[in-house]
Amino acid sequence: MKPIIRIDNLRFAWPGQAPMLEIQHLQLQAGEHLFIQGPSGSGKSTLLNLIAGVLGSFEGEISLAGQSLVNLSERQRDRLRADHIGVLFQQFNLLPYLNLIDNVSLPCTLSAPRREAAIRRSGSVQAEAHRLLERLQLPTELFQRRAVAELSIGQQQRVAAARALIGAPELIIADEPTSALDGASRDRFMQLLLEELDQSNTTLLLVSHDPALSEYFSRHLTLEGAGSC
Amino acid sequence: MLIRLALRSLASRRASALLTLFTLALSTALLLGVQQIREQSRLSFFDTVSGTDLIVGARSGPVQLLLYSVFHIGSATSNIRWSSYEALNDDPRIAWTVPLSLGDSHRGYRVVGTHNSLFEHYRYGAKQPLEFAQGGPLNDLFSVVIGAEVARELGYNLDDRLVIAHGAGNTSFKRHDNLPFKVSGILTATGTPLDRALLVSLEGLEAVHLGWRAGIPLPGMQVTPGQARKRDLTPREVTAVLVGLESRLQTFHLQRELNNRRDDPLTAVLPGVALQELWQVVSVAEKALLAVSGAALLIGLCGMLAVLLSGMQQRRHEIAVLRALGASPLRIASLLMTESLLLTLSGLLLGLLLLWGGMTLLQQPLLDLFGLRLVPAKLSPEQWALGGIILLLGVLSGLIPALMAYRMALANSLIRRN
Repeated sequence: MKPIIRIDNLRFAWPGQAPMLEIQHLQLQAGEHLFIQGPSGSGKSTLLNLIAGVLGSFEGEISLAGQSLVNLSERQRDRLRADHIGVLFQQFNLLPYLNLIDNVSLPCTLSAPRREAAIRRSGSVQAEAHRLLERLQLPTELFQRRAVAELSIGQQQRVAAARALIGAPELIIADEPTSALDGASRDRFMQLLLEELDQSNTTLLLVSHDPALSEYFSRHLTLEGAGSC
Repeated sequence: MLIRLALRSLASRRASALLTLFTLALSTALLLGVQQIREQSRLSFFDTVSGTDLIVGARSGPVQLLLYSVFHIGSATSNIRWSSYEALNDDPRIAWTVPLSLGDSHRGYRVVGTHNSLFEHYRYGAKQPLEFAQGGPLNDLFSVVIGAEVARELGYNLDDRLVIAHGAGNTSFKRHDNLPFKVSGILTATGTPLDRALLVSLEGLEAVHLGWRAGIPLPGMQVTPGQARKRDLTPREVTAVLVGLESRLQTFHLQRELNNRRDDPLTAVLPGVALQELWQVVSVAEKALLAVSGAALLIGLCGMLAVLLSGMQQRRHEIAVLRALGASPLRIASLLMTESLLLTLSGLLLGLLLLWGGMTLLQQPLLDLFGLRLVPAKLSPEQWALGGIILLLGVLSGLIPALMAYRMALANSLIRRN
């Protein structure tokens, strides 16, 4: 089976600085979940940016869903990200001027493969957005409203998760998605997210400071400055 | 997708977006309206007199001569002797003359003493002759032909009798009550000062001044119409003469000859040249008006820019999200561009609607108050150009937030550490 992520001999340094990230080998299969931790400045977010194709200049090899990122243009990396990766931020994931359904559907307007996948699954993008929001236990009456401000942060993060999941991307990248949540909503969020991921056999890469999250994960990666795994 | 997002984003900032829209629409309407007024006033200005080769008056400046002879503004400091007029009339190079004698008025409208040759030879606009809406030319010593506005405003009909007053004021007490005039014809509207004039014969004008000396009626010297008809009514002076030549090649020659005469100092001007000269003076105001409305447009655009830029900080998140979803920096920049384009374009369209609506509403008041004929017509090439400039400026000012968004999108790594 083709790995979703494959990294070999990766080295990254900001121009004129010592390498801040070195990874000899890392491989994730479909459905595997990796927990990444490490102190500030250890290169966690750099690694996510590299895999997502936002940062381009690195040494070594990164391939995503069988496609090598080396020698791809910025445009092609944007395309690859749109098609294969769902992204979850710490906060401010939603566009306040769109209703929940439109927020969740957004990736499908930017990626044809994800639109097709959503339609295959539920008949239409709207229906798929509806299904995911329901699965993530958001109140139906909010779906058509521009209600981002009315949502709790926990609810906002679940809408963001639905958006990351729509169109069945192979990989979800999450950056401290629970850091703004209290313990109870954190656990609820993780449970719902992982349920969905298991159903669709999606790979997860999650960065967090919170050791409490690590128990949800089968695989762990600790970055320590210019460390390795 | 871009347009949908742009629309939603604008809709979420409804209040400021609408205000910007109205500002743009108003400044567009203002700018295009001012342009319309400029063009139309310029047209009607240059259309005031045509087909006349020379205007001759007593020695004065060409603009002043034009002002009092054609526009009936101000008054002549001195007149032409009747003998000089007759000499002009007899000159073989001259095809026709129209004498004009000014100085009296009727309820604020100028009374012009002239000949029936005026109706034959006077041309305005594209060499259009004067036409009668009712009646015909002067047919009696005491008949008067009135302009369209005079007839409309004062409600005169054919055969109505009216009394002319001495001097140009509206409330002159020195009226020629003893000798009323009868309306023999009403002219169709021309958009020229003739609309606001009453035309009588030179002899009629001479008759009402019988028994007057130095602008004052002499006691006991007033005449009845019957007495007036028996007197010698040869005018002693005229104010100005419109001259048509046999051959236009003679124009400059005759002009120089008249301007150099020693016996009766005259000024002869080419109407086109004098109009141009006068327009130079008038158009300062008109250019200032254009400049002010141009400034209003710039203010409108600055307002739009302020609205777009003030949102940029909040939109940092939005840009990060779109970037994470795989939107390229160019696409994000064009989203911002689309917003300002939508604003400018709808501002422009709304402005055009305002312009047409406003002109339709203001058409009559403007014509009544200022004699300004505004026709809600197709846009002139200049107005198209102005519209294009507005759009271009809108796009240019939209480039600023778009560029900011582009740079944000480029610099924004997917994951930001706070």
